[in-house]
Formats: sequence, C-alpha cells, structure tokens
Amino acid sequence: MAKILVIAEHDGATLNPSTAKCVACAAQIEDADISVAVLGSDTGAVAAQAADLSSVARVVTIDNERNDPAIAAVLAPQIVALANGYSHVFGPSTAFGKDLMPRVAALMGVNQISDIMSVEGSHAFKRPIYAGNAIVTVNAPADHPVVATVRTASYQAAEGGNSAAVESADVDVEMPSHTRFVELQTGSSDRPDLQSAARVVSGGRALASEENFELIYKLADAIGAGVGSSRAAVDAGYVPPETQVGQTGQIIAPDLYIAIGISGAIQHVTGIKDAGTIVAINKDEEAPIFEIADIGLVGDLFAIVPELTEALG
Amino acid sequence: MDKILVGLKRAVDYNVRIQVKSDGSGVETDGVKMSINPFDEIALEEALRIRERGEASEVIVVSIGSSESQQQLRTGLAMGADRAILVESGDVPDTLSIARVFKELVDRESAELVILGKQAIDDDNSQAGQMLAAIWERPQATFASEVVLDGDKARVTREVDSGLETLEIDLPAVITVDLRLNEPRYVKLPDIMKAKKKPLETIAIGDLGIEAGPRLEETAFEPPAGRQKGIMVDDVAGLVAAIKDKGLV
Ligand SMILES: Cc1cc2nc3c(=O)[nH]c(=O)nc-3n(C[C@H](O)[C@H](O)[C@H](O)COP(=O)(O)OP(=O)(O)OC[C@H]3O[C@@H](n4cnc5c(N)ncnc54)[C@H](O)[C@@H]3O)c2cc1C
Ligand SMILES: Nc1ncnc2c1ncn2[C@@H]1O[C@H](COP(=O)(O)O)[C@@H](O)[C@H]1O
Repeated sequence: MAKILVIAEHDGATLNPSTAKCVACAAQIEDADISVAVLGSDTGAVAAQAADLSSVARVVTIDNERNDPAIAAVLAPQIVALANGYSHVFGPSTAFGKDLMPRVAALMGVNQISDIMSVEGSHAFKRPIYAGNAIVTVNAPADHPVVATVRTASYQAAEGGNSAAVESADVDVEMPSHTRFVELQTGSSDRPDLQSAARVVSGGRALASEENFELIYKLADAIGAGVGSSRAAVDAGYVPPETQVGQTGQIIAPDLYIAIGISGAIQHVTGIKDAGTIVAINKDEEAPIFEIADIGLVGDLFAIVPELTEALG
Repeated sequence: MDKILVGLKRAVDYNVRIQVKSDGSGVETDGVKMSINPFDEIALEEALRIRERGEASEVIVVSIGSSESQQQLRTGLAMGADRAILVESGDVPDTLSIARVFKELVDRESAELVILGKQAIDDDNSQAGQMLAAIWERPQATFASEVVLDGDKARVTREVDSGLETLEIDLPAVITVDLRLNEPRYVKLPDIMKAKKKPLETIAIGDLGIEAGPRLEETAFEPPAGRQKGIMVDDVAGLVAAIKDKGLV
C-alpha cells in the first residue's frame, strides 16, 4: 500500500484548489491511502473542505499560531515529523509548494521530484523539463520516501462529497524564528484567479501601456475571465507580476485562453499547453503563437478587441 | 558582511530549441549553445550591487559540473565577481548533492549569504536553494523580486501566486532570485581580459566528502504531446462563431 500525505495549501479560510489536484494525482497511485495535512492556526474550516474531497481517507491537522501565515522554514520540520511512516509526501507545484517541498525533502535526506504530470507507477512519474520541451520519466528509489510536487495544470480537481475523519496531531519539533512574515500585497481584483478560472484573457507587450490594458480587463469581464499576461507586459509595468503566465509565471489550464498581442515565446507557451482552446489575436501572421492556437485571427488588437468585447458581452 | 556565494549553472541557452534525441536517451546538447542559467546572472548582479554598496566585501561564484563550466565562471568573473570555484564533477550531480556542496563551501568560506537562481532552466527543478537552507538550518527567501539588507537582517519581497510577499530574515541566509529583481550588466571587453587574471580554483567533488543523495533515475525522454495548428478566421464575426461553436462562451 502507498501511504500518501498531501500537504494542503490554504489561506486560513479556504482550501486552495491546488490541493484537490494533488489529491487527484495521489489517487492514481495503486492502493493509495491518502491523508491530507492541514497546518494552520485555526484549521477547522479548511480541514472540513479537505475532508470533503473524494479519495481522502483522513485529514490530519496541526493548529499552532506560528503556522499562520505559512512560512516554509516553520512548516517543514512539522511536516517531516508528520510524514513518519508515509511512503509519499506530495505538495502542489504552486509558489507555496515549490518553496516548501524541497525544504521538506532535504530534511528527510531525499531528492525531490518537481511537477509530476503523470503517474507511471508507485515510484515512476513523468515530468516536464526544459520549459516543457521534453518530458522525462523519473524512477524514485523504492527504499526511500517519495517527496514531490504535482503539476496542478495536469490534473482535474478531486470531486467533493466525502466525509473523511479529521484528527488533530501534535508534533514536538523546534520551529525556527529566523524567518518572519512582514506583509502580503495582493491585487484587489474580483476576477477569477488564474489557477481556477475556466477562461483567461492575456495581454502582451503590444498593449503598450497600463491604460490600454483596460481593453483586456473589459473583454475579461464580459466573459467572466481571469486576466493573464506575458512577461514582457509585466516587465514593462502594465500589469502586476502575479498575472504572468509561463515557465516562470503560472502554469494554467483554462478551458479557453485568449492571447492578445503575445508573440508565443516558448517560455510563455509552456504555461498554456494544457488549455482547452487557445485563441490568438496578433497582427503578425508569422507570430509563433499561431502554431499552437486552435483559433487565430490576424489583425490589430486595438480594432479587434473592442469589437469582440461588444460581440461577446 | 564578508562573503557572498553565488551559484552559476552552465545550462543550454534559453534561445535554443530543445530536441529530444531520437532514441529517447536524453536531449541533444552536442553543438548547442551553452550559457549561464539566466536566473543566476540575476543572482550575480544582485551580489555585485550589494558589494558595490559596501554591504559585502567579496563575491565568489561557484559552478558544479564538468570543466567546461569554467566558461561560465569566467563570464561571472568578467561581470565583476572576485573569484570563482569550480567543483568538478563528471555529470551534474543530483540536487541534494548540489545543496550539500554549497553547504560545504559555505562552511569553508564562512559565507553569510548565498544567492542562487529560482530555478535552472534545464531541469526546471527549483530546489537547490531551499535544500541548502534546510541542511544549513538557515532562512530561505525564494523567488525574490526585491532585496534590502539591513545589518544582520534582510527584507526580501517574493513573487508568490497571489501577489508580493515580504519576509524579514536573519543572516546568514539563502535567497533565490526571480527575473524582475534586476537587469544584469553587460560584460565589456576589457573586463574579459581582466577576468583571465582572477583566481579560479578547481576542487574535485570527491574531495569534498559529499554523500550523494538517493538518486532519481531518469529512464526515458520524449517530446511533449504537440498541439496542432488550428484554424484561422477572417474577422471578429468568424472568431465569435468559432468560440460559440465550441460552447466556450
Ligand atoms: C528564463 C526566462 C524565462 C521566461 N519566462 C517567461 C514566462 O514565464 N512568461 C512569458 O510570457 N515570458 C517569459 N519569458 C520571456 C519570453 O521569452 C518573451 O520575451 C515574452 O514572452 C514576450 O512577451 P510578448 O509576447 O508580450 O512580447 P513580444 O514578443 O514583443 O510580442 C508582442 C507581439 O504583439 C504583436 N503586436 C504588436 N502590436 C500589435 C497590435 N496592435 N495588434 C495585435 N498584435 C500586435 C506582435 O506582432 C508580437 O507578436 C522568459 C524569458 C526567459 C529568458
Ligand atoms: N550545477 C550547479 N552549479 C552551480 N549552481 C547550481 C547548480 N545547480 C543548481 N545551481 C543553483 O541552484 C539554482 C536552482 O537550481 P535547480 O534547483 O536545479 O532548479 C540555480 O539557479 C543555480 O543558482
């Protein structure tokens, strides 16, 4: 049997959808016995959401003020203590999981597998390398625990309707005080977040200014979409960094992705390979984005986007 | 602070179109342009700026890999690093071993800050800094887009999925850098000449007494499932029809 511990990502109130995707990945391992670990200061609400996920056998909580907000150096030793007896420890390949899981792995004395995209066996997994331009099969040693992050864009969230047992755990570990949370600045937007949005509209360098990005916001709002961007648009200051899609931004898999004034550099495209339908609008018919777009339209975005917003609104 | 260590990984240049070998044994690296991992240039730039502000006295660049990594170290020296250490190893070792090598060098040099890239663009692991911080039992501030030093502390702003998070960390510490932290300087010709005279020490990895991590075996490589080129439409009406046709709005 594979005893799998999935580390929940949450903000104190709501379980991040990445957790249900990790659970879905874990459930593909034969004979999986899945526990979800919720570390926080008041874990009740989040634990209940985790207990609702299908395939979860139990939810293990650790309540401690020090766990809110989450700091990798503080969480890691607790997770190592919890992971005793488990064959696998999984976290999401989000900023939270990427920060935390290598620290957990190193404390356990093992290497970590990043971005599992498919399960080939209890110790064999596929993952992307070189910005997704190659896929490698990785075999982990069977005599060590597997510590991994799960590429959330490769999995559909586990469904709800379960009612797994919730247990609280006590761990006796030293928690460092050398790392202190100061603040989190989040964009105040009511739009769906990129990871869970069914539709995403992204703008690139071609928007040419922060003001012009209004065109993107209007189209996004007309169809209830999240807003993404290319690195060039972020670097130029048109949009905040958390909107960046791609190798070094967010890897997403919406049903519909509309790329506007984005050339389609490999580093951008790797972030949208799992999108359902990709639409590209670009004035250059040779732009590489058209090589992977399902629907392409050549033309000037400043003429096209308002018309499209009108038609879809 | 006295010394800053910076990791410079030799990696396939980010402009190269990667090809998987037809027998699935790896990716084609013969005759392919190699460069410093782009994040590591940013790490080095940040270290140099810290030194130039008088907040550190020495910047040491470190590469672990074959002797060819000397090229990247020489570039680092030309950018302005004071000296270089090549930890020579036939293959690039597993990431836990990389972290253990850095830990060994941190101890030897009594370094107070290690700045690494947020990820290597070949393995896309995004692990080495966090692993080093774990075994060093020191703070990690990953994905940094701003670093402000303040005596024996640092305030680091990090790019996370929901926005920008700021942490305060005690030094010594590990910082891994994101793309927007700074814009690396260009290397000038005279600097390349000067760099030839700067010290570059080579240590065989075997001499560091590092225990290799339990290996993850890479058994097969394949190209990704491609997306097919789709249809082109002529105008907005055509676009709207195609989107509606798929039931997407
Ligand atoms: C290590 C590394 C990591 C990276 N990670 C990422 C990443 O995560 N995400 C990312 O996006 N990039 C990333 N990049 C950058 C990437 O290589 C490209 O530089 C970037 O994606 C380009 O952004 P863009 O398409 O908006 O700009 P450009 O490449 O400049 O393209 C602009 C496009 O707009 C079109 N255009 C111009 N005017 C109009 C108009 N009026 N109407 C319609 N079309 C118009 C042009 O034809 C062009 O195709 C990374 C680079 C490196 C080195
Ligand atoms: N072989 C290496 N030599 C020098 N630095 C390295 C090496 N491997 C990794 N690093 C550093 O660790 C960072 C993260 O690498 P990775 O965990 O492999 O994605 C890189 O950006 C480098 O700064």
